[in-house]
Amino acid sequence: MHFFEFTEEQTMLRKAVREFVEAEIAPKAAEWDEKDECPVGLFKAMGGIGINGVFVPEQYGGGGMGFVGRSICLEEISRHSAGLGIAMMTHHLGIYPILQYGSEEQKKKYLPDFCSGAKIAGLAVTEPGGGSDFSGQKTLAEKKDGGWVLNGRKCFITNSHIADVTILTAKTGEDEKGRNKLSTFLIEKEAKGFEPGRKEHKLGLRGSVTGDLVLSDVKLAEDALVGKEGAGAKIGMEGIGEVGRAGMSAICVGILRGCVEEAVKFANERIVYGKPIAKLQAIQLEVAKIRTAYEAARLLTYYAASLKDDGKPCSNEVATAKYYSTEAAVEASKRTMDLMGGYGVINEYPVGRFLRDALASIPSGGTSHIMQVIMAANTLSSFQA
Amino acid sequence: MTYNIAVCVKPVPDPKHYDKVTIDPVRKTITRTGIPTLLNPVDKNALEAALQLREQYTGTVTAISMAPPDAGEILREALAIGADEAYLLSDRAFGGADTLATSYTLFHGLKKLEAAKGYRFDFVLCGCESADGATAQVSSQLGEWLGYPHLWNVFSLQEVDSKTFSIKTKLENGYMEWRAQAPLVLGVSRELNKPRFTSVMGIMKAKNKPLQVWGREDLPEAKDEFLGLKGSPTQPGEIFTPDMKRSGKVLAGTPEEIAGRIVTILRANGVVVGG
Repeated sequence: MHFFEFTEEQTMLRKAVREFVEAEIAPKAAEWDEKDECPVGLFKAMGGIGINGVFVPEQYGGGGMGFVGRSICLEEISRHSAGLGIAMMTHHLGIYPILQYGSEEQKKKYLPDFCSGAKIAGLAVTEPGGGSDFSGQKTLAEKKDGGWVLNGRKCFITNSHIADVTILTAKTGEDEKGRNKLSTFLIEKEAKGFEPGRKEHKLGLRGSVTGDLVLSDVKLAEDALVGKEGAGAKIGMEGIGEVGRAGMSAICVGILRGCVEEAVKFANERIVYGKPIAKLQAIQLEVAKIRTAYEAARLLTYYAASLKDDGKPCSNEVATAKYYSTEAAVEASKRTMDLMGGYGVINEYPVGRFLRDALASIPSGGTSHIMQVIMAANTLSSFQA
Repeated sequence: MTYNIAVCVKPVPDPKHYDKVTIDPVRKTITRTGIPTLLNPVDKNALEAALQLREQYTGTVTAISMAPPDAGEILREALAIGADEAYLLSDRAFGGADTLATSYTLFHGLKKLEAAKGYRFDFVLCGCESADGATAQVSSQLGEWLGYPHLWNVFSLQEVDSKTFSIKTKLENGYMEWRAQAPLVLGVSRELNKPRFTSVMGIMKAKNKPLQVWGREDLPEAKDEFLGLKGSPTQPGEIFTPDMKRSGKVLAGTPEEIAGRIVTILRANGVVVGG
């Protein structure tokens, strides 16, 4: 028995997504990075083959292949374009609250379009005050005239300028101890007073759009609420903790596989002292370390995703996977660059991009420090061998 | 109009691993152990043509392959891409087949299917050649066995009226245009269409589509002497890996002397120098 084995359908999914990625994404990935352009038009094609809604049940137009299936898609996309990987990851992150907590009307209205690629989703939680201070959010939603009026600003929001629908958390009151009560809202891009603001110029994960969202007296109907009033913290944290971070982990597994493949290719092709450098033991040791990082990240990531598919708690396992995979991707891409010598810093090769993408993956969805705090809390309170 | 279409597909070694392909010097066959297989790329064009016909009209698409047992994987892929059902003809008795024995086996598989379903296939579509053997013979041979008109290297297929199709086939310096009516066997080229990608939804649907394996006993009408190695008149001649070794030689002397010696060496190796 294998500790972790993909099903026949999951293996077919990987093959299918790989074929698509190699034809439609790989040839353009460097250009998207160079120009920092998000290939929005590709969302329809990806929707057509089922990537956009891979984990959404078939009844809502999805593929019904769960979170392991989703991780496979993100790994395959990110093997060539982690920038597009995070755009897709965030699209999934916007879908999840509707799927898990939305009304049946919201599911029927939005999910089929999200799955087909007709609409792009996003999730907006982080504010200038900090993403990790989740309950300290200042964006305010007030009840007025049977609906809601929202004011505030979100920042570092992936898909900020391309999402047709954004799921957004805002303060809707305080509890008896004076702590913020948050709620989750669904906002269509056409909503008056809802505008994308500043667009960030990022080091890595270029080819995805990251920016501000500004809310000025945005009036929403009562049914724009996703889930119950006051459930925003739970909905937001669950999405980020189990879907967002899991996605970042899968993206870094893709980067790590890219490192293995590039290292092997270069080591076999580069001739020094009359033979390929793959014959040199110093190079072999580096290849072994890169491979180990890939295999370990892969196991952690897919194990966490399989827990999610089984409906088991997984925020600690996801945090572990995210912490390891993102840090390992930074280290492995640096190792791959070292192995390549001068060629490693030439942009004709994708390894420099891998390093930039890996570095940008660390703060996305929570920094390594925050992941360690989560893991430490879990370990100190409930670790059992 | 309803069209019942059979698509012949073949597993081939993944071109990314061609560097690992070796030749068995005794059996003179390609050794593929450990090399992943793919659905022959141009067979996907044949499948795409079948799916487009089914979508434009109505009908059925049946994928069929003669291959080792692990070829179930590529038939499952054909189902995921959109075929309605799939049949794998697999038996040791079929092993070692050349194109003639392969087409004969496929012919009997198709005849058995037609008898079981009570209809005749209107189209039998194949890729014009396989990525590994590239003999480009099976579609024409299949047409002969079936007794159907057959065309090879098809790059355009357009309906003229409810019965007649305009079909264009590639030639070295142009193309030929044909008018033909079903039943037809067509060997299609890559230029015919752009195959669709396998979708997640297709993969999930493929789980519940029939994939049947038929062995020697399922084709009782086939004769032993036409099957497998016994039924294969093709005898490969010498097969070898060319020696691509290079060597350098330093020539000393004046430029004129060196040039003269280079010309001598080139001539000795069969290179025509200076007319």
